[in-house]
Amino acid sequence: MSEADAVAGLLWLALTAYAVLAGADFGGGVLDLLSSGPRAADQRTAVAAAMGPVWEANHVWLIFMITGLFTAFPRAFGILALALYLPFTIALVGIVLRGAAFAFRGHGALGAGPLSRWGLVFGSASVIAPFFLGTAAAAAASGAIRVQGGRLSSGFVSGWTAPYGLLIGAFAVSIGVYLGATYLTVENEGGALEGDFRRRAVLAGAVSGVLGLAGLLLAPSQAPPLAHALFGRGLPLLLLALINGPLALWVVWGSRPRLARIAVVGQVVLVLWAWALGQWPYLIPPDLSISASAAPQATLSALLVVCGIGALILMPSLWLLFRVFKGPLLDAGT
Amino acid sequence: MGTSLGFHIVFAVLGVGMPALMMVAEAIWLRTGDRVWLGLARRWAKAFGILFAVGAVSGTVLSFELGLLWPRFMAFSGSMIGLPFSAEAFAFFTEAIFLGLYLYGWDRLSPLQHWLTSIPIALSGAASSLFVVMANSWMNSPTGFTLGPQGQLLSVNPLAAAFNPSTWTEDPHMLVSAYVATGFVVAAVYAAGILRGRNDAHHRRALLAGLAMATLAIALAGVTGDSSARFIYAQQPAKFAAMEGLYHTERGAPIHLGGIPLNSQQRVVFAIEIPRALSLLAAFNPNAKVLGLDAFPAQNRPNPILVHFSFDTMVGLGGLLGLLALAFWLVYWRRRVLPRRLLPLLVIAGPASVLTMEAGWCVTEFGRQPWIVYGILRTSQAVTSAPGLGLTFAVFLAIYSGLAFTTARLLLRLAARERAAQSASAAAPTAAAGPPL
Repeated sequence: MSEADAVAGLLWLALTAYAVLAGADFGGGVLDLLSSGPRAADQRTAVAAAMGPVWEANHVWLIFMITGLFTAFPRAFGILALALYLPFTIALVGIVLRGAAFAFRGHGALGAGPLSRWGLVFGSASVIAPFFLGTAAAAAASGAIRVQGGRLSSGFVSGWTAPYGLLIGAFAVSIGVYLGATYLTVENEGGALEGDFRRRAVLAGAVSGVLGLAGLLLAPSQAPPLAHALFGRGLPLLLLALINGPLALWVVWGSRPRLARIAVVGQVVLVLWAWALGQWPYLIPPDLSISASAAPQATLSALLVVCGIGALILMPSLWLLFRVFKGPLLDAGT
Repeated sequence: MGTSLGFHIVFAVLGVGMPALMMVAEAIWLRTGDRVWLGLARRWAKAFGILFAVGAVSGTVLSFELGLLWPRFMAFSGSMIGLPFSAEAFAFFTEAIFLGLYLYGWDRLSPLQHWLTSIPIALSGAASSLFVVMANSWMNSPTGFTLGPQGQLLSVNPLAAAFNPSTWTEDPHMLVSAYVATGFVVAAVYAAGILRGRNDAHHRRALLAGLAMATLAIALAGVTGDSSARFIYAQQPAKFAAMEGLYHTERGAPIHLGGIPLNSQQRVVFAIEIPRALSLLAAFNPNAKVLGLDAFPAQNRPNPILVHFSFDTMVGLGGLLGLLALAFWLVYWRRRVLPRRLLPLLVIAGPASVLTMEAGWCVTEFGRQPWIVYGILRTSQAVTSAPGLGLTFAVFLAIYSGLAFTTARLLLRLAARERAAQSASAAAPTAAAGPPL
């Protein structure tokens, strides 16, 4: 394994973290939008309480990925930036509005409970951002981005506007809701809201299962490189995902919130890594490989050193954050 | 991109300065038990919660825009300036994590633990700015690579790129400017409050804290700015000539204070000219030669109108701000009361300090033109060929205006709500003894 592969693996880890953490935050926004019934205001408050302390840290995984990508794979970054200019820009608008609306609403006079204008912005932006990031991922995986002589030859709408891109966009949104609702069952364990979020988790899980299967079945005709990846080197993980998927849904259904959280996160990890392992050694199939788009050796080594030092600071800090807000309560002050 | 940057920098700068103030205020509370300082730390934390969120998302836009708008620039320089950006991502991680702990941890952490979480916020905020400006410095003095005859990259030394010559002058100047701007903005907010009759301990201490930080920092800004200018004289003579509005190479060059550079006449009109001062300041020699714009081919010259005007704005306003701070402290030390007559000026100093900082960015950015990487890559070669640039620009401009407006409105509302809560709690115990205040 070369240094470029190591960096690519690291970036994929960051993508995984972004998907299971920030994905759930986007899901939280959708759940805010879908709040209903007599406990609608409580549901919104629970979403806001769960996201408040962590969403900004979760969001930084995306920034890390972007900076890592342009450091280690500048050529691939340049190509992606051109080919996916439009979906990235739209997703960015979503990300900006989502974050700002969440902060504005949380610190405004009303708080998270009642339906408000900023609440609507927060919810709808939480659909837009993961949807367009999903379409962009589909474009990159499906072989729709072509490079000839070092230049983008496939134009600005290839891939992500295809039906397959839209399908994967919807899949990304539903996975976020699935994750978010599952986490919220844990955070509201024993309360009236646990059942509300469980029903939503089951529904979102079923929807993402259907969309995911559709994506898998359509891949050979719509996204040949992705099919090649998933049914090739990614097959063992894909099979695990196909077993874990229904099991996860069953555990969510069966009121075992903590186990359900592990199973659902596991499902996302399996799918992402089946894709990654299968696609290796390509970064953007079929034209850009990891080694061909990598930065010079010295940069890769330096980046790995920076990431090593950074991780020494990051990991204990993250542990502290999640322990204080998501773990059992500390003694002090409670 | 420029719009995003100009917008983001305000939030970024507050992200550097505010945590330092919060840290100091909470530390004073821990040491003295004075609850006014605790109240300040809590309020600043709430306001900063909003500012940081907006700064975080606008920063995300920037990280994408680097690639979206400048794909060829990033493809060329990503392997060199990517490293500080990646380090910045970790600094940003740290800031976001500990800000989460700080904002939501008041009831979950002991007072000492809570105060400790403010230290990494302040440090990582400062580190972020240092890392980002490293990348910008590299664009001014690109080092750490070798090019082949066709301009292809032969080898790269990312550490040499990160610690390029400009870093040593540009980084400190940006960092202290962040403290200057934050300090004056905070002082301005509370000066305005006092002028409206809210002359309580809360407002007075906040004003003094903000202004103290601004004063310390502005002295350093003078020193770092001076070394920056000397560096530019030595390394980026075209930028230097544009800053000073110097059209013709001369020995014993004068300084032009103010004035309008006229390209058509190749001279600066309506300026106060101080003979030989420029040579003296730049090279410590009144007869030193200073290159004028005519030393460079026309297609390699920055626009002297923009650059000279920005430079004069930065230096002029910066000097006035320094004088104002000095006058304030002189009066305060002699009479031990806030100099009321200076308060309106302090209110103006808030926006003025932000303007000063933005002007500084204009100097370094416009002064580098027509290059995006000085001497290596032209801006026009680096820009994207993607469609809809104008539309993207309009959309983000609209969003940023909306965000700026809403942020301002929310902060005002937040302040009003805090005041109402404060006077309610102050009124309760004293109600029997007579009217509050």
